Amino acid sequence: MNSEENNLELKDLLKQAIPPAQDKELRRDLWPQMLRKLEEHPAPALHVPWFDWALAAILCAVLVFFPGSIPALLYHL
Amino acid sequence: MELLERFASGDLEAFEALFRQHQKEVYAWIVRIVHDSGIAEDLTVETFWRIYKARSRFQPEGNFRAWARRIATNAAFDHLRHSRRETGLPEDLPCADATDPGIRRETRDRIREAFQELPAKYRLVATLALIEEEPYNNIAEAAGISVALVKVRVFRAVRILRKKLNSFGVEVNANEQ
Repeated sequence: MNSEENNLELKDLLKQAIPPAQDKELRRDLWPQMLRKLEEHPAPALHVPWFDWALAAILCAVLVFFPGSIPALLYHL
Repeated sequence: MELLERFASGDLEAFEALFRQHQKEVYAWIVRIVHDSGIAEDLTVETFWRIYKARSRFQPEGNFRAWARRIATNAAFDHLRHSRRETGLPEDLPCADATDPGIRRETRDRIREAFQELPAKYRLVATLALIEEEPYNNIAEAAGISVALVKVRVFRAVRILRKKLNSFGVEVNANEQ
């Protein structure tokens, strides 16, 4: 694999073309913008991932179509 | 109750306190990846929005700073992935060779073009490792990948850049092993 020294020339060219970010200081408080976003898109209190819903649906389907599996399920709980 | 516990339980005041504590650091990290202050501000807000949404998954005994940086890196990565073609580096990017005619403008444009065409996952690590000279372990931690994978991605980014620049007629020594 390339050693870091081998990258020096390319690194140098890159840094001449795309200098490192110079102005890294945040110039204003972003909290008002954050508040606006929170008001526009209120976060749901509880987020259930889609695969949890899918698992629940599969379980319900199994119980409905194979009621004989209920005692087995209860036994294993 | 500790600030982080209050945040995890959905306390908006605790979130505001964390926002104010960490916004500068998150912004400074993102601007190093996207090199545009306006976009970095938007992505800082987006990062904290994701943080707020995921608050219930945060372990209050965990490291908020590292968690925030990981989410910021993901937000910046999503930006790089979606904006690869539409927008690139800002036109008014300061030039290192303004006084030193090290490389010509045409060459510089070629390099920028080649860099912009890199896949986002390579561009992310190449920006941080080659331009910002961030240590590999910091990049690995922020991107949620191993140091070895960071090295592989930097290597591949360099290889793609060399090929692309050579095809553009820009001479770069290809001293790969």
